[in-house]
This record gives sequence, structure tokens and C-alpha cells, in this order.
Amino acid sequence: MFRPIKGGGASAWLSPDEATLLRTLVAPVVELLNDPARPAPSADAAESTDLADAAESTDLFDDLEKMFNETAAEPPKTPVDPVLARLLPDAYQDDPDAAGEFRKYTESSLREAKKYFAQTLLETLPPEGGRVKLNADQARDWLRALNDVRLMFGVRLEVTEDFEDQLAALDPEDPRFAAYEVYGWLGALQESLVWAIAR
Amino acid sequence: MSVAPAEVDLPWSAEEITPDKPWLTIVWNDPVNLMSYVTYVFEHVFGYPRRKAEKLMLDVHHKGKAVVASGTREAMERNVEVLHGYGLWATVKQDV
Repeated sequence: MFRPIKGGGASAWLSPDEATLLRTLVAPVVELLNDPARPAPSADAAESTDLADAAESTDLFDDLEKMFNETAAEPPKTPVDPVLARLLPDAYQDDPDAAGEFRKYTESSLREAKKYFAQTLLETLPPEGGRVKLNADQARDWLRALNDVRLMFGVRLEVTEDFEDQLAALDPEDPRFAAYEVYGWLGALQESLVWAIAR
Repeated sequence: MSVAPAEVDLPWSAEEITPDKPWLTIVWNDPVNLMSYVTYVFEHVFGYPRRKAEKLMLDVHHKGKAVVASGTREAMERNVEVLHGYGLWATVKQDV
């Protein structure tokens, strides 16, 4: 579990199994965020500004037309996958048009931000376990990456406020038992990191 | 190839805006997010003192949701984007 260190960061000692587990759990989150089934339209917009594309496209009117087409494109809808829908939620509850517009302009960068947090976790995690030492910025990235992994578990396991009761009621032979235990461990790890950097 | 007069979709139309009503950032209760984490996020994102952040967190927890900030629509949308980065379930709404 994490402890505070001088300068506002945090450190923890992770066993080889724990390090492997974390790496294994972050991967599906990144995979979902990369989900090619419905890429965010602004991702295409970013690609079209690639240097190669810019060099090819010398006609101002072509560029303008492309720009207007992108602006007029159908706004993206709420992701179908319930985990992705939770990671990238609607910003407007009873207004699908406003939610779509918001998504059109922000979803791509939110996906990138979340992938960056996951990447920080992967890069600062010793492959064979051992001491994880985080500065304040890295600790904040870890908090968010751990939270995304917990959100994935929470949605898939249909976790409720009474998680402890859910776990207690579960037969240890139940195939979900291990997943609930991992979810509990992730919560404890995140909690320790909050306390380590929030004081 | 001609460029047709393009309809630029603005995110909202001018007549929808009621200038005297502020916009709100709302955070909804969620069974996954830790109470300590939500308090930390309110402190860190909004610069609220610990007591205020804790009170808002408890409002979210007990009442199902809480208004955590109010102001312009643009500012509330920025809040929501940051809160989504932290995994909080946040929405924007105009005050009624």
C-alpha cells in the first residue's frame, strides 16, 4: 500500500504478482479506449492535420470543405459498451443533442487523457514488482488510472454501494469471487494513494 | 468542386440561453468511486477547503447528486470534462 514521501509524492512496494495483476488489468481499459468500433470523429480531424496530409492538401478550399464537413458531421452517440459509456459519460442528462455536441468536441481528448494516465501507471510500474516511487503528478495519474480500472470492474461486476455484503454473500467457489477480491484490493490500493497525497 | 454555403452547427442556439439563469456542474452518486477520492477530487479540481469538499461528497453520497459549481456554461463544461478525466459521473445543466 502507498505511503507519502517527501515532496508530495507516494511510494509503495508491490509484489511481482501484484505488478503483473495491475499490468493485466490496465490493458483492457486501454483497449476499450482504443475501441475502433466507434472512433471519435475528432480523431480523424487530428489525423487530417498530419504533416503528410497538410503537404498534399495545398488547396485552401479543399481544406475548408473538409473542415465544414467535419463540423457538420453527425455528433457521436453514447458508447454502446457499458464500461466505455461509464468511462466517457454523457455530459447532459436529458439533452441528447447537447450531449452529442459536447462529445464531438471533447471525447477524443478525454480518451487520450485516460490512455496517458494508464501509460504513466505502466511506465512507473516495475515489471518484476518492487518499489513504486511516484512524484505528485504521477501519483495523480495513478489515481485516475486505478479509478478507471475500478470503474471497469464496477460495471462488469454490477457492484453496488454494499460491496462488502456482496462479497460476503458470494460462495468462494463462485467464478466471480476472485474478481470481487481483486476489486476490493484495487479499492484499498487507491484509498492508500489518496491518503498518501491528500494530506 | 464548389463549396456550398455550409450550415455550421453551433452547440446551442442563441434563443436557448436564458442569461439570468446560471449553469450548474452536477456530480451523481456512483457505487465505485471512493468517498476519500471524491473528496480529494473536489479539493483538487475546485480548490475547495477539505470541509466543503467533504460536505459536497456526502451530499452526493446521501442525496444521489449535488451541485458542485455554478457559473457560465463554458466553465461548467470545462469542469465536467476535467471531472470525467477523474472518472466522476458529472453533468451540466442550466439552473431552473
